[in-house]
Amino acid sequence: MAGNNRAVLTGEHFLNGDEASAEGALAAGCTFFAGYPITPATEVAERMSRRLPALGGMYIQMEDEIASMAALLGASWGGAKAMTSTSGPGFSLMMENIGLGMMMETPCVVVNIMRAGPSTGLPTLVGQADVMQARWGSHGDYGVIAVSPASPQEMFELTITAFNLSERYRQPVFILSDEIVGHMYEKVVIPPADRIEVWPRRKVSRDPSCYVPFLAEEDLVSPMACAGEGYRVHVTGLTHDEMGYPVITDVAQERLVRRLVDKIRKNARNIIRVESRLLEDADTVVVAYGCVSRSAREAVEQARSKGIKVGMLRLITLWPFPSEHIRCLSEKVRTFIVPEINFGQMAYEVERCAGNRAQTVLLGMMGGTMHRPDEILDVIEEFAR
Amino acid sequence: MIRRMAPVQPFDLSRHLSRDEERHGAHPDDAYLKAGRIPHIWCAGCGLGVVLNAFIHAMKEQALSPDQVSVVSGIGCSGRAAGYLNMDTYHTTHGRAVPFATGLSLARPDLRVTVFSGDGDLFAIGGNHLIHAARRNVDVKVICVNNFNYGMTGGQCAPTTPIEAKTSTTPYGNVEYPFNLVGLAAAAGAVYVARWTTFHIRFLVESMAQSLRKRGFTFIEVLAPCPTGYNRPNKLGLGLDTMKLYRENSEIRHGCEPQDAELDIRKRIVVGRFVDVDKPTFGEEYLNMVERKARAV
Repeated sequence: MAGNNRAVLTGEHFLNGDEASAEGALAAGCTFFAGYPITPATEVAERMSRRLPALGGMYIQMEDEIASMAALLGASWGGAKAMTSTSGPGFSLMMENIGLGMMMETPCVVVNIMRAGPSTGLPTLVGQADVMQARWGSHGDYGVIAVSPASPQEMFELTITAFNLSERYRQPVFILSDEIVGHMYEKVVIPPADRIEVWPRRKVSRDPSCYVPFLAEEDLVSPMACAGEGYRVHVTGLTHDEMGYPVITDVAQERLVRRLVDKIRKNARNIIRVESRLLEDADTVVVAYGCVSRSAREAVEQARSKGIKVGMLRLITLWPFPSEHIRCLSEKVRTFIVPEINFGQMAYEVERCAGNRAQTVLLGMMGGTMHRPDEILDVIEEFAR
Repeated sequence: MIRRMAPVQPFDLSRHLSRDEERHGAHPDDAYLKAGRIPHIWCAGCGLGVVLNAFIHAMKEQALSPDQVSVVSGIGCSGRAAGYLNMDTYHTTHGRAVPFATGLSLARPDLRVTVFSGDGDLFAIGGNHLIHAARRNVDVKVICVNNFNYGMTGGQCAPTTPIEAKTSTTPYGNVEYPFNLVGLAAAAGAVYVARWTTFHIRFLVESMAQSLRKRGFTFIEVLAPCPTGYNRPNKLGLGLDTMKLYRENSEIRHGCEPQDAELDIRKRIVVGRFVDVDKPTFGEEYLNMVERKARAV
């Protein structure tokens, strides 16, 4: 890699998930990275510190994750595409300024390579227990976008997707990966630059005199006037009106926060992505994401070879949750099996959407390792008709 | 779930084009203030208006247009200053103005990024960020309005509250040693360090102008009266009474060791320009060393 100053390293590579995510960021036009060392996400920062300077970008190691997230927002308002990477303990610290990013409607990408918690937990071993934290971690109401890659190739691709979604919907977007996918080495194919779809920032084209900074367009998002562009915008974490000025009333709160929730809720169909396998005749469905989906796929194939009618729904988007997919499936299947490395997080969402129409079975574990295919197969055999 | 949500009232732009905007422009400094944002929220006798005014005059003196400057603030009374200035302004979370400004300044090195915030915001919750920004010498100008307490939340103890002073959370007197802000900023590596009071308006404007001209991390402490929060429990009278104390007890000592710059408003207040040195900023070093080497690989 040394000596290669191109942002898009077209070709075949042997990369781990963390490195692939860094390459995805560069391919998406990321020019600013602020972070703090933390296992198992450090390789993202290391790759960025080596690659960004030659591309005219800026890498800075901040004093903690609170500062990293704040610097990301500042850089984004300075016009840069910005990213940070972290794991659970750092993700907890970032929550304060993730909320600020939601309120200020600031595009940026946060990579969380999940390890097992709580607290310092298992620093070098896998977990998936930050899924609900990603949804509800900062105080107050807002809509969330989070994607969950299952391979280094997807770490590359979904990092680009995350940047695109953050620019389209003007908010921080999460990549909820895990230690196994982050540290796994596989072949990663990087396409030519002109084959990579990159969505630009929503720029303002109006005259500054009649610009209303937070007046939303039809999709509930407004174009963004960054610093020094002549629009002289005030941006605040306080509840504000469309001018951006603080207004401490219930009326302003209802209008602003409802829109922050609705801009994701009402655009959910355009955001959500899932991978369906063998669902046509299935009466049992395994719902999985991240590293566990790799074991789940193997278990489903083994069960099929035994004649069990089982399929799989892999969640690529965790938030907004693919509620309609689960609801539709619940009309025709009997059982959802949800293997995940926590005590039930996505399983609650599956159960909520399945209602009484189908039963939900959690196959949980507290972290440190992932489910083996035979462990998932055992549960499939127990519950399948 | 069946959702019944409260109604959303549509935005009425015409309410913003109000009487205030029609009068905007009558004052020569209005070009630096956002139309319709004045009157401000600060109490009678508060020093924040003086500091804001000094900043506008420093910009004028440096012939800086509002499009060349950006102000970032934290939380508290001084945090509201950002919202009045007619430029790109960012009102961030408590204590995080400095790292936000770090990101903004690195992404837009052509802008004069200024942090306008208070002693509690910058030195209690934001203390770690401030010392590291000074250590890195990022190109950020900090104006710290020190009123010895947390004004907006109703006058609580701060890291600047003097020993024995009464606040709403030290009703029996404060027993914590206060920070010497200029000493701390200088020790952390700030290239420009000054202390003034709202009485020293011309010196303050001059210092602000100097810091706007300078590249790197600059720090100006401005003592400001807080008649509502700090003066009342400490029997310091009104804002004007504090100004008299500033006049009687201040001693200008340029070049004084910041660690030795005494601060006791009833006895002796050492003010002046304490540090003014030149060294490369983080951004300059990054361009000259990191980027050059990376491109050569």
